[in-house]
Amino acid sequence: MSIQSLEVPSREAAHPGWQRPMTLSEQILSRAAGRPVAPGDMVVVAPDLVMGHDSLSPSIIRVMRDQLGVDRVFDKDKIAIVLDHVSPASTVGTANNQNKVRAFAREQDIRLFDVGRGICHQVLVEERLARPGMLIFGSDSHSCSYGAVGAFGSGMGTTDIALIWATGKTWVKVPPTLRVQVRGRFRPGVSAKDLALRVCRDLTIAGATYAAIEYHGLDWLPLEGRQTLASMAVEVGAKAGIVPPTGVVAEQLLPPAWLQVQEDAVYEQELVIDLAELEPQVARPNQVDDVCDLSEVAGTDVSVVFLGTCTNGRYEDMRAAARILSGRRIHPNVRLMITPASNLEMQRAMRDDTLSILIDAGATLTTPGCGMCMGRHQGTLGDGDVCLSTGNRNFRGRMGAPSSRIYLASPEVAAATAISGRIAGPEEV
Amino acid sequence: MNDPRERVVTRQNKRVKKMSRIWKFGADVDTDQMVPGRFAPYMRPDHDVADAAFIEARPDFNREAVAGDVIVAGANFGCGSSREYAPLALKRRGIAAIIAPSFARIFFRNAVNLGLPLFVASDLVHQLHEGDQVTVDLNDYQLIHGERSFALPPLPDFARAIVEAGGIVNYVREHGGFPEVA
Ligand code: SF4
Repeated sequence: MSIQSLEVPSREAAHPGWQRPMTLSEQILSRAAGRPVAPGDMVVVAPDLVMGHDSLSPSIIRVMRDQLGVDRVFDKDKIAIVLDHVSPASTVGTANNQNKVRAFAREQDIRLFDVGRGICHQVLVEERLARPGMLIFGSDSHSCSYGAVGAFGSGMGTTDIALIWATGKTWVKVPPTLRVQVRGRFRPGVSAKDLALRVCRDLTIAGATYAAIEYHGLDWLPLEGRQTLASMAVEVGAKAGIVPPTGVVAEQLLPPAWLQVQEDAVYEQELVIDLAELEPQVARPNQVDDVCDLSEVAGTDVSVVFLGTCTNGRYEDMRAAARILSGRRIHPNVRLMITPASNLEMQRAMRDDTLSILIDAGATLTTPGCGMCMGRHQGTLGDGDVCLSTGNRNFRGRMGAPSSRIYLASPEVAAATAISGRIAGPEEV
Repeated sequence: MNDPRERVVTRQNKRVKKMSRIWKFGADVDTDQMVPGRFAPYMRPDHDVADAAFIEARPDFNREAVAGDVIVAGANFGCGSSREYAPLALKRRGIAAIIAPSFARIFFRNAVNLGLPLFVASDLVHQLHEGDQVTVDLNDYQLIHGERSFALPPLPDFARAIVEAGGIVNYVREHGGFPEVA
């Protein structure tokens, strides 16, 4: 289990004579393909890291073994398995499936992050398994989250991941890149989630299908804000969403020298967002691009507020909520569910008074992991429930009963909404 | 056993011509609608995922769709999660073809990998209606509706080779690798 074995070789070592200016996605896919690539090329690539989680790993193992007839994974050091989606198990079926995955990981000597460790996308970043310049595939559509560290991360299904576990290779069509150019800084009470929702509003749910997104102008944005932003690239259909690894991310994660923003690279499209004008955003049920300014939906009654997910379940998100909830109580008609993105994030929130503020205010704390995001456990919504979630999807029935309704917003709006029992902004409470 | 699911074949003979019913869907149908996470094989390993196809979003489809039926949908079909059990449920249900102006990326890959025939066609979508009876001919890539016959535009060669092999697992087992890339 050595980190060294995952080191990214230099671009020059992969193929000398690299000339044409490229977007970050093109640079990463070129290295993984072993030759310079251009948008539209179909290439066979060797990923640096492949993630499987509890929800699909049982079927991945079955396809690899029973259908492909392969007994051992291609390289145990390039695989990580995380049990996060139903964590801990809620049914005999999930418990048995998790035991199968544990046995497989043990037998193959694959690193396994068991229940309670946290959400796959958070854990792989914390463990520094996901690093700048890597090509990462995961059995989860939000694998685009690894773009936060400057990796090309993308989601795939059971059979694709099984083929990579078996062969170490997969095929991709090199995407064109869409540039999101951000100007200015957030106003008070506005955060990365509002930017992510604004991107959904402007690009629409299929606006970046088959494309990669590159987010510029965010050198100052800390890692957690980049994770929020990159996680939602898939909500506009993107294959990947990459924030150039600059600023604190460059200091902490040392990007390879070959990975450089090249200003003369060709971007298919550019979207400019001015943060000076950005207000808190809310996605209305049941579509993630049905986004409006907070003022349009303020006052809507809610029964549940959910603070968590790979998009907004980190310490900073809990801290932002605690700042607003400090010395306050949540509305009697509201359940406030908090699911930290990982046990390390939970510990950070324990070391200061963040967690005790939230619990004093009336929050319910659950095991780190995906929590109620997929409606499978730890707070599944019932008929008539209206939830304001800091998550990334509000599809009908996503979190439980098909008649329940989901609004998506920032941790700041979540905290203010928990206090007032109605959708509200931080300055209203 | 009078279980209507008896009629649902898990490995349909794709090349056989028979009458198919059109099931029409709107745009941006997400995979949570096809199979809600709560109905995943992971949660219910003893159930056939085919039984969960559109269980909450389209109960009529869930009850009545049979092998050979065709889905005709709006743009961005299959957006959302990477759950392969969504197209798997449709495949096991015996859906003969899915026709839409565009497909979401992960759904497209998953469906191709499972050998589920997809057709990218926008004009056709407007000419077909809920409940229409049609014949799908995958030998000649034709869809016949009454007196009229429509061409079904084939996928790019790479994906078409996989679908025609019955999925990527079959393809790799037969050929020892992926189709040639352009
Ligand atoms: S938190 Fe939600 S969106 Fe993120 S990986 Fe888990 S289930 Fe998926």
